[in-house]
Amino acid sequence: MTLEELHQLAEKERGRQQAFTNRVLVCSSTGCIACNSGMTRDGFITAIKEHDLENEIEVVGTGCMGLCALGPLALIEGDGRLYRNVDGSVASAIVARHIVGGEVVDDNMLDTDDPFFASQMKIVLEHCGRIDPGRIEEYIAVGGYSALAKAITEMKPEEVIEEIRKSGLRGRGGAGYPTGLKWDVSRKAPGDQKYVICNGDEGDPGAYMDRNVLESDPHRVLEGMAIAAYAVGANQGYIYTRAEYPLAIERLKVAIKQAEKHGLLGNRIFESHFNFRIDMRIGAGAFVCGEETALLRSIKGRRGRPRPRPPYPSENGLFGAPTVINNVETLANIAPIIDRSGAWFAGIGTPNSTGTKIFALTGKIEHTGLIEVPMGIPLREIIFDIGGGTPDGTEFKAVQTGGPSGGCVPKEHLDLPVDYESLKAVGSMMGSGGMIVMDSDSEMVDVAKFFMEFCVEESCGKCIPCRVGTRHLHLLLEKITRGEATADDVALLEELCIMVKETSLCGLGQSAPNPVLSTLRFFREEYDELLKPVLGYEPSKPEADPS
Amino acid sequence: MPILTFAMNGHQVSGHDDETLLQIARQHGIHIPTLCHLDGLSDIGACRLCLVEIEGQDKLVAACVTKPQEGMSVHTDTERLQRYRRTIVELLASEGNHQCAVCVVNEHCQLQDLAYAVELQYVRFPYLYPKRTLDATHKDFVMDRNRCVLCSRCIRVCHEVEGAHTWDTAGRSFHCTIMADMDQPWGTAASCTSCGKCVWVCPTGALFEKGQTVAEMEKHRDFLKYIVTARRTGEWIAEEEEGE
Repeated sequence: MTLEELHQLAEKERGRQQAFTNRVLVCSSTGCIACNSGMTRDGFITAIKEHDLENEIEVVGTGCMGLCALGPLALIEGDGRLYRNVDGSVASAIVARHIVGGEVVDDNMLDTDDPFFASQMKIVLEHCGRIDPGRIEEYIAVGGYSALAKAITEMKPEEVIEEIRKSGLRGRGGAGYPTGLKWDVSRKAPGDQKYVICNGDEGDPGAYMDRNVLESDPHRVLEGMAIAAYAVGANQGYIYTRAEYPLAIERLKVAIKQAEKHGLLGNRIFESHFNFRIDMRIGAGAFVCGEETALLRSIKGRRGRPRPRPPYPSENGLFGAPTVINNVETLANIAPIIDRSGAWFAGIGTPNSTGTKIFALTGKIEHTGLIEVPMGIPLREIIFDIGGGTPDGTEFKAVQTGGPSGGCVPKEHLDLPVDYESLKAVGSMMGSGGMIVMDSDSEMVDVAKFFMEFCVEESCGKCIPCRVGTRHLHLLLEKITRGEATADDVALLEELCIMVKETSLCGLGQSAPNPVLSTLRFFREEYDELLKPVLGYEPSKPEADPS
Repeated sequence: MPILTFAMNGHQVSGHDDETLLQIARQHGIHIPTLCHLDGLSDIGACRLCLVEIEGQDKLVAACVTKPQEGMSVHTDTERLQRYRRTIVELLASEGNHQCAVCVVNEHCQLQDLAYAVELQYVRFPYLYPKRTLDATHKDFVMDRNRCVLCSRCIRVCHEVEGAHTWDTAGRSFHCTIMADMDQPWGTAASCTSCGKCVWVCPTGALFEKGQTVAEMEKHRDFLKYIVTARRTGEWIAEEEEGE
């Protein structure tokens, strides 16, 4: 494909869409499908047929629109009205009253001026819920693959890296390593064969940012990977994603095929000497495979077990070749940076944490869903303005960020700006973007126990501190929640936490004690309340003077 | 090959840039405890006993997989490291079913030696008493998983030196076990050549020869040095051990 052909394709698709007077967008992401959005779509199609509007109204299944709590969601593109809880009957009501009659169906209308929508800033998610992820033409019509074209035809690989470096983009998988630096190391590493890997092995409980990006806008990730490959000099890419994401896998497979068909992947992309192919690799359900060295082994078909670093994958990765491993969200940020410039991106967020971040709001929160906000936004704004606070008027207690590797942030830190350093300073971490909100009904020791149980099960068993240490941490937490523990047990718990954190081989073990340490830090009284009363000796009190 | 000079426990030491901190420490007579490491096998940094501190660096690093840097300052035996090593051995002791008094390698066991070396006096964690199996189907050897510490030396010697890859790990977390071929009785594992290398490299009594009783089995691991050296130099000699 040439640049010219890309523009023609975009023009043609826009023309096709304009031939309709209106488009009805129905969320067809996992969350809404679970609320039966297939029925919603059928409802719209049937109702439109009944009104003989098939040639005027198009019904499109799109990706996620964000407010998963109120699904299925449907958007009338013409006037931008968003409807919630749209089942089959609501769909026919919307067609009859809104599309035909021109009046709004109040009962199911969502206020798009609500802070949930108004306070967000969408870069990665800009096309999510707006385009059909199953059609490359729709992605191209909104400017897709123009960044790849720009990179290949107008920029040198070094310039691409320089632009990413200028943007200040940091890895969205959790650790926050500067992406430009990572690419630069891989580019400079000796070797003819290099690889680009997209890490879509999202496994934190309560986190589904990557799944939604892959389901809603798969071409965005492919484009990011192709730009990364061009920058570092790779000709082969792999997308590693979990078997638990069947819809994402299906849509990615379709997307890869379409991109290959249009010559946007494969040989001589945009008539240049740049060749790049992408293959899928499906994980078998191990959390630890999200750790990059375990992921590399898993791609090779071996057992997913981490190895010590260095050497880092950017120098010695897949099959010993320099390998760039980036998270889904990181790669989805690449195209807009190349399109609009690194300086533009660096202007968003805070100086050290630029751009936006997607969070999955779950737990005791009104607006369960997926949001994208600029870095540095106060936690309070995310939870109370965008998230709508805790439901049923219960009191907010803490929010867990970073899943089983992160920690909880209590209400006294609600004004904390959400960026990599600030979260680390209070003993939590950015993580991949899960935010689990807890209210006054939540027992913090239980929370710590839940995450520890997860880590015990997911430990690969290679190093002793993680394999046995997490097991004993879990046993100690169980003992505490049974009310059989003493202060000594809590002291032992704390000691073992620090030991596991400092001595484990990989990130899983090193961060597994974080939920315990942070609940101990902020909610120690909840641990103390559960301790067994000490029997026997009690210190004698001075007797009251009888005189 | 450049030679680097750096400090270890306050003494100046030197070594080649492709040697590990563990090798250099041993050449200079500095003892660092190990379990998963064995001369002649690849290093995996799994047991975490050889962790050392490097000044100016937060993270502890495993000496068996870390290369030196000019001018660095390494500490191998601080109070913190001693404490962590003791906890690691403590965790191991609580994990398996280690009954020294009836063990075939009693007094010749590396786990036992480690417990003495780190001065482990009691175990603060509850013993887990896992249900593990014993495999006596092989004609010459026995695998008693109750005594296994999952160091994976048997897996590596079988894969790297014998080339058979009979052993591998099954399961994860505390369900990890060592399995023969596709998790079948050892005696029926077609890939096993019955060479016995795994038995000799095993640090504990998890692998032993049939016909031996309590405290009778001593493991000789010198053969590995001969093989590894012979492959590299073509001569059947064991290379001079430096230091030690």
